[in-house]
Amino acid sequence: MRYLPKSDFERCEMLEACGVASAEDLFSHLPEAVRLKRPLDLPPGVSEYEIVQYFRDRAAENANGYASFLGAGVYSHFRPVLVDTVVARGEFLTSYTPYQAEISQGTLTAIFEFQTMICQLTGMDVANASMYEGSTAMAEAALMAVRVTRKGRVLVARSVHPEYREVLGVYAKPQRILVEEFGYLADAGALDAEDLESKMDDQTAAVIVQSPNFFGIVDRVKEAAEIAHRHGALVILVFTEAVSLGILEPSADADIVAGELQSFAISPSYGGPYAGIIATRDKYVRQMPGRLVGQTTDTRGNRAFCLTLATREQHIRREKATSNICTNQALIALMATVFMTVYGRRGLRELAGQNLAKAHYLASRLKPRFCGKFFNEFVTSTGDKAAEAINKALLKKKIIGGLPLGRFYPELADSVLLCATEMSERADMDAVAEAFQ
Amino acid sequence: MITKVRPHLSPNERLLFERSSPGKVAYQLPKLDVPAVDPGRVLGSENVRADIEGFPEVSEVETIRHFTRLSLWNYAIDHGMYPLGSCSMKYNPRVNELVARIDGLAWAHPYQPERLAQGSMEVMARLEAALAEITGMDAVTLQPAAGAHGELTGILLIRALLEKRGNPRKKILIPDSAHGTNPATAVLAGYTVEPVRSTSAGMLDVAALEGIVDPDVAALMITNPNTLGVFEENIVCVAEILHAKGALVYMDGANMNALMGIARPGDFGVDALHLNLHKTFSTPHGGGGPGAGPVAVKKALEPFLPVPRLRRAGKKWAWDYQRKHSIGRVRAFYGNFGVFVRALAYILAHGGPGLRNVTLDAVLNANYIRKKLEAYFDLPYPAPNMHEVVFSDERQAEKGVRTGDLAKRLIDYGFHPYTVSFPLIVPGALMIEPTETESKHELDQFIDAMIAIAGEVERDPETVRAAPHGTRTSRADEVTAARKPVLRWKSA
Amino acid sequence: MSIYPKNFRYTREHEWVRVDGNTVTIGITDHAQQELGDIVFVDLPKTGTRVEQGGTLGSVESVKAVSDVYAPVSGEVIEINQALATAPEKLNADPHGEAWLVKMRLSATKELERLLSAADYQAYIGAEK
Repeated sequence: MRYLPKSDFERCEMLEACGVASAEDLFSHLPEAVRLKRPLDLPPGVSEYEIVQYFRDRAAENANGYASFLGAGVYSHFRPVLVDTVVARGEFLTSYTPYQAEISQGTLTAIFEFQTMICQLTGMDVANASMYEGSTAMAEAALMAVRVTRKGRVLVARSVHPEYREVLGVYAKPQRILVEEFGYLADAGALDAEDLESKMDDQTAAVIVQSPNFFGIVDRVKEAAEIAHRHGALVILVFTEAVSLGILEPSADADIVAGELQSFAISPSYGGPYAGIIATRDKYVRQMPGRLVGQTTDTRGNRAFCLTLATREQHIRREKATSNICTNQALIALMATVFMTVYGRRGLRELAGQNLAKAHYLASRLKPRFCGKFFNEFVTSTGDKAAEAINKALLKKKIIGGLPLGRFYPELADSVLLCATEMSERADMDAVAEAFQ
Repeated sequence: MITKVRPHLSPNERLLFERSSPGKVAYQLPKLDVPAVDPGRVLGSENVRADIEGFPEVSEVETIRHFTRLSLWNYAIDHGMYPLGSCSMKYNPRVNELVARIDGLAWAHPYQPERLAQGSMEVMARLEAALAEITGMDAVTLQPAAGAHGELTGILLIRALLEKRGNPRKKILIPDSAHGTNPATAVLAGYTVEPVRSTSAGMLDVAALEGIVDPDVAALMITNPNTLGVFEENIVCVAEILHAKGALVYMDGANMNALMGIARPGDFGVDALHLNLHKTFSTPHGGGGPGAGPVAVKKALEPFLPVPRLRRAGKKWAWDYQRKHSIGRVRAFYGNFGVFVRALAYILAHGGPGLRNVTLDAVLNANYIRKKLEAYFDLPYPAPNMHEVVFSDERQAEKGVRTGDLAKRLIDYGFHPYTVSFPLIVPGALMIEPTETESKHELDQFIDAMIAIAGEVERDPETVRAAPHGTRTSRADEVTAARKPVLRWKSA
Repeated sequence: MSIYPKNFRYTREHEWVRVDGNTVTIGITDHAQQELGDIVFVDLPKTGTRVEQGGTLGSVESVKAVSDVYAPVSGEVIEINQALATAPEKLNADPHGEAWLVKMRLSATKELERLLSAADYQAYIGAEK
């Protein structure tokens, strides 16, 4: 077999050195009762050619060559060629977590740059080396807020991604953290500050808001923060569309930022792998989950990087750790790092501007349901037509339409969430607009 | 003698921020085909940022050079053996990278219509079935993003089942040899942790276990083979003890590389386990992820699996969200799909008989190392080992050289260190897992290096204590890093 | 001469106590700092916190280990050593003096009787080795 680098002759030599006649003898201590007495019921191995063919066939069963207007937490952005060029390097691809600093400076340096750029984008003091993805980052941020404030209740806006809220509930339940939701304004599509105020109490650890929110609206973080802080709660700001950070002013009011970096050259890949982040203020760093890289010097006095503040983590603090997270998303974070480098200070702004222009062009030909300001996604009503009928008609033109919202918001059953990015072409946007007529 | 490596060029490189110069770019966007909009007008001027202060400004050439130079500072499997215990650092086949990037798979949006996602769903269904067969379990969820996430999912499933039976119970039993994620997970799932000690043979103490399994115990979290590389020979009996008291058995499947085609957790009493696709199934570690931590369960736990579940609807796959007993979802969407593609490619490449050969070679390699090194290093647990072997630094410690020093000296010989100081039940542990993808030549070089280092400890311990000597970066001052944390670059 | 002051009382968890009327000063022993190695962080309670004897008072961290500090006696924390926040290395340099951790108002003087004398503590750590 091509992945097993030994000849039978070498195996014999090694068995002889071990003092056994066959490899089977190395398992003779296993009790009879646990032994599998038949071959695994899986077909024999195949060639590289057949593997490629198998996955090409599967890919052909998926959408191919469609224009897509889906967003809702996963966005279609162009992936600069350098991204895959860098992550394909075996030195990054096939290395382990950089515990041995002397021979891991490549990964450590890149993570330090990543942490820095996330701070620059979010306006926070410190960012971790990545979480699994956005929804678990948000849930872990909530647990972090509970540790910081020693309070047991979390309020989350209904305009936060519905699947993120589901995950929050799953993480909160065994900790006996009470999760309650507050609403959004039917006209603006932004969070309902009055509803938040009415639900606020002094036992609330955190208020969780998303901006741009699930409806694409730049949400009223400042209003929510004023209420939260007045009651001694932290503000967790969530983002799912990282490109928006190129143009939106970072919040001065957030205590923790939890987000998803999929937009930064990470292919949609049917839902993962992506990379989440948590960023926060210096004073909360010891309650933050996830790995951190810090700068130091080596014994020769040269700059060096190493994993640090590891006493927060499971391999040292075990049952008292801030989280059980171990493996994170290092290679995916590296993709985001290369993406941020390629676009850089000017490019990310220009890219965000193009997204803004495309989405507002599409919106100009449709009627957004909410009057709030939006970035590259917006909700529109399907009017007399059913959302499914519109999308079906679009599929015939090789266009995947917006996401019907009924599944997540029964009150928006007549609406879809549409997203336009720099990859959306005008002709396709015109076709979408026409399908709603 | 150091046979594997010679010094080679190692370029210096500044940080991106120190390389930046105003106006440099590495991108070009297409011309807009729609009217530009004024951000201040459509977003409100108070919402628009003026600048991203400090963000990189470098050219394309400098970008590729920057990351290429950084890459040269890393050791990697592609350079050679990476014998980290319980990490299964095996070769990452490159065809897996290619197939994960095929457009129809890589660009599939998780919300695209099901009938336009059948290929992705088929990949997931096939992987679920293969993992169920390999582990001897009844159902698999692919949703968890990594091993620790799988542990959390598994313990939440157990909690849900016990809750439905009337009482979620209070405690999780965890052997003292366990990985740190196990106790951290138990607490995250709302349980307290009670340690179970190991016997002098390096196995779970069955008598001690029997004494502590009471009606408050929800489950035992066990690793098998355990972190000593020793198969828990009493596992069937252990499972019976737990089951008799209405508790369950969770297995950390980190060491599944020792069992494929040989023994199946589902056949020896395990109720739930997670697999690490980035260990056993060859998907790249990537400097610390991404991984994937599928959880396989017995029928009794199946109703509680995270939503959505794959369901066959006629000739098509569909997502089933209507499962009233489900614990809910543990992350957005369906899991680390790109990792599934790679793992399935690996399973297809080996096939059923091939996976068994993987295990045979992995165990042979570990035993070969043990045989060749046991004259030089103390072996605290002489029980037969499987895919990894754990020595201690007891003999070398007499000369003032500890496991961490030996590990650093290995770097000078061209190898990545083994796992240091773990498991905790072995003071000064050297935990070595070669995996099946090391050639005899590489193993012999590693063995020679270890023997040479053992000799150096006798003659010249200071050289070992000050290692590594040949790296561009010497030992880092971790104390100052922790006392005065510098966690981001700041301009001078 | 012993480095363990005779006028201190000690615990088996390696804390020391100096009694001053109704107030006690608490720290960790020289043995404890040696076992931990270079100390990088000290986590202390807020003043006003009430702790029971044996309850967790805080923790002391080295690069790769964390050690909880347990309250040798019950009472209320009335002062913490702020200097340790920015200079944890003082715990390595002067654990029995400058690097005390907290001062507490004692609630039950009787509890002091359960603590070890300097001689007993030294015998205890001698045996532990």
